[in-house]
Amino acid sequence: MRLRLPRLLLGLTCLLIAVWLVAPTLVVIPMSFADKKSLAFPPTGFSLQWYENFFTNPQWFGSLVTSAKVAVMVALVATVIGTMAAIGIERMKSRTGGLIRAVLITPMIVPGVVLAVGVYAVYLDTQLVGTWAGYVLAHTLLAIPFVVIAVGANLAVFDARLETAAASLGASRLKTFFTITLPLILPGILSGALFAFVTSFDEVIVSLFITSPQLKTLPVQIFSSMTRDADPTVAAVGSLIFMATSLIIGLGLIFGTRRRGA
Amino acid sequence: MTLASKGAAIDIRGVSKFYGNFTALDDVSLRVEPGEFMSFLGPSGSGKTTTLNLIAGFTDLSTGEIRLGERSIGHVPAHKRNIGVVFQHYALFPHMTVAANVAYPLKQRGMGKAERAQAVEASLRKVQLESFAHRYPSELSGGQQQRVALARAMVFNPSLLLMDEPLGALDKKLREVLQLEIKRIHRELGSTFVYVTHDQEEALVLSDRIAVFNKGRIEQVGTGHELYTAPQTLFVGQFIGESSVLRGPHRSAGDETALTLGGATLTVPGAAKGEGPQVILLRPEAATVQAPGTGPRDGRTNVVAGTVREMLYLGSAMKYEVALAGGGHVIARTATQESPFAIGSPVEVAWNPKDSTLLADDGSTAAL
Amino acid sequence: MASDTARPPWRGPFLLTLPALAVLLLVMAVPLGVIVLRSFTDPAPGVGNYVWFFDTPVNLTVLARTFKISFWVTLCCVVVAYPYAFAMSVAGPRLRLLLILCVLVPFWVSGVVRTLAWVILLQDSGVINKGLVWLGFDKVKLIRTQLGVTIGMTQVLLPFMIMPLYAVMRGIDLRLLQAARSLGAHPVKTFFQIYLPLSLPGVFAGATIVFILALGFYITPLLLGGPQSTMLSTLIQQQVLSLLNWGRGGAMGVVLLVATFGFLAVASPFMRQKYKISGGGR
Repeated sequence: MRLRLPRLLLGLTCLLIAVWLVAPTLVVIPMSFADKKSLAFPPTGFSLQWYENFFTNPQWFGSLVTSAKVAVMVALVATVIGTMAAIGIERMKSRTGGLIRAVLITPMIVPGVVLAVGVYAVYLDTQLVGTWAGYVLAHTLLAIPFVVIAVGANLAVFDARLETAAASLGASRLKTFFTITLPLILPGILSGALFAFVTSFDEVIVSLFITSPQLKTLPVQIFSSMTRDADPTVAAVGSLIFMATSLIIGLGLIFGTRRRGA
Repeated sequence: MTLASKGAAIDIRGVSKFYGNFTALDDVSLRVEPGEFMSFLGPSGSGKTTTLNLIAGFTDLSTGEIRLGERSIGHVPAHKRNIGVVFQHYALFPHMTVAANVAYPLKQRGMGKAERAQAVEASLRKVQLESFAHRYPSELSGGQQQRVALARAMVFNPSLLLMDEPLGALDKKLREVLQLEIKRIHRELGSTFVYVTHDQEEALVLSDRIAVFNKGRIEQVGTGHELYTAPQTLFVGQFIGESSVLRGPHRSAGDETALTLGGATLTVPGAAKGEGPQVILLRPEAATVQAPGTGPRDGRTNVVAGTVREMLYLGSAMKYEVALAGGGHVIARTATQESPFAIGSPVEVAWNPKDSTLLADDGSTAAL
Repeated sequence: MASDTARPPWRGPFLLTLPALAVLLLVMAVPLGVIVLRSFTDPAPGVGNYVWFFDTPVNLTVLARTFKISFWVTLCCVVVAYPYAFAMSVAGPRLRLLLILCVLVPFWVSGVVRTLAWVILLQDSGVINKGLVWLGFDKVKLIRTQLGVTIGMTQVLLPFMIMPLYAVMRGIDLRLLQAARSLGAHPVKTFFQIYLPLSLPGVFAGATIVFILALGFYITPLLLGGPQSTMLSTLIQQQVLSLLNWGRGGAMGVVLLVATFGFLAVASPFMRQKYKISGGGR
């Protein structure tokens, strides 16, 4: 009997916290079906006009395409660069490696606006404001820490003796990497790539500074829409992203458990 | 089936390996004959694994030369040496099936698919795992994994096979089974085998010859019998088999040396080894325990008095540990007696001088 | 065993890290260097911008407020995350998955959209105020207040507190608690004497991350806050983008940078594990 009350309290607390974590995300979904251009909750009627607006308005859809393209490029570049760095760190003497690792993770800690102001200053001088290269470069910087961490965690459990074994069986260093090392650290690389994609797709602060009317990413478009007026298109975008992510994660969970069972 | 390849000789000449100021291997020279089974035996850190890594190409030479057959391989990268290696922790590729693991070295050599499948099957048959080809390593027991590692290391018919404590992670019973299997495979292949171990019994069972390593040097190379009956250093004498070591002031006269131990004079054939202090090494089966006052008899002219400190009954034999009056102790193994000496009773230990060995005292103590 | 074949032991690996370091140099080190440089040279060489910063009461108010809000957010995160992470660490696998999903759901939508959700909830005619009225309470001013900013920031930053805390708690051997109980300790005492000290590294790690991230927060205070809840980041942005005053904006940026890394340097020793917490074994 003594244990019941604390357990009940803990359960109730967690439920409240879970609601607090999830509810703000879910609030967006009914808003996206609002019939009037207002952000009053709950909406008074039902319509699909905000979804229609998102897909037909070039401002909105164009920014989605831009963000997707930038994020794919960032995922490619940051994953290659970050994986190389993680492998290099793993093979270094632990002190040098630890130092370089710490340095590579600093972009996570530097306050966003300070970094954004600096990048903006440099981009103004180098004509990179509002360019593909500008976005990819800045987002790659922010994505590298995630790749280094994800791949590094996988390398930490990778048995380096397998590389020695491959060499004794006649595989060159390059062949060893592609037939042994790469397949075994692939989960880390993939999750690093996913993090890199999401980091870029969601990045807003630096993008706000280096944006241009011609080349805008989706978060920038959302932000300017929100500061301008109460446009439920934002809610439609949020709902779409939420549904897409849920789908991917749901499939991942099903796929993941099935493979483990095999 | 492919014909068993003839083994190649290894010639190690004046090889050293330094890590900064630390000398892991100090001017080692050794020849392993073609088709020979050679064990590297020694305590951990003695340089045996370093030597193996130098032969395999996992570590760079500091000085010296290594030849495999006619080829100098000291600076050939590991993947071009064509040497099979079996690792202590198997090192099987976890993302490949057993068959793919064994096929890996053949793929690197560009062998065709059909031929490859045949060779993989033949190799797996040699280790009696042909029915496990499509399993993953994680689905096999430790002993099975080590067999796969063996099959993988020999599938490309290397003229030399290196094994780094391959049975170290297995339990005693499985070790004995696999020892026999390794021995059989060695006979069938005809390759040269180099086997690293710290287990002297394993080395004695498997090897044609054994190289005993200590502190980065080779102390002695010889057959198990040679190492046991004619050790050249005190370290070897103590590392191989059981022994008692008697220390005392010595005097050499011609072809004989005498050691004084608590009033008793113990003779041993041979002149003193070097300038320093000398010891007598005595194997347990060479020593006899007898009643006090029995004295020299049947050529057992070395007699010392002592007290029984420990007595163990081993079935067919008895083992005594006798504390000597002049200090030190002797272990003696005798046939089971009707009325053994009790612990604490005064006895004599006697042996024939020919059955003991005179060695320079290098300060090593028994590794118990 | 490392396979150190014929090359200096560090040069090859170091080359592999070069591209990443180059990106860091170009897009982080150089820009931050430019900011520092401008803070001392724009418009005139000297420490004028810093003198201005520390001589202007508004700046100091905002600086103090930035620290104050970050502190409250961190404290709220600790208080809220602790029971939640504890529940995660003792829950069965299914419940644990559910609890983890709840932590991760906020990441499934864009961070900006999440702030929009808070605007909807916190506004004067929003869900929370309607609920309060329905329950018979007075309306509370939430949007454009420090309270609103704190609520929103806490929710956004909570996962950064829960995850490290959970990582540490999962490693705590619950048999230690049973052992303490069997030795006669009261459950409450067991918690304060055994569990809490063992979980502290997780608390420090999470709190440090949350505090540092909170110091530099920009979007949430900007959209949820008003003039009375401006934080340093917003001020920097105003100086640079609205007033084109790179020197003053740079000086503020340097202050924020120094505060961030200074705090990290002070706090990091507390994050280290003093002892192995998974009792016994290796």
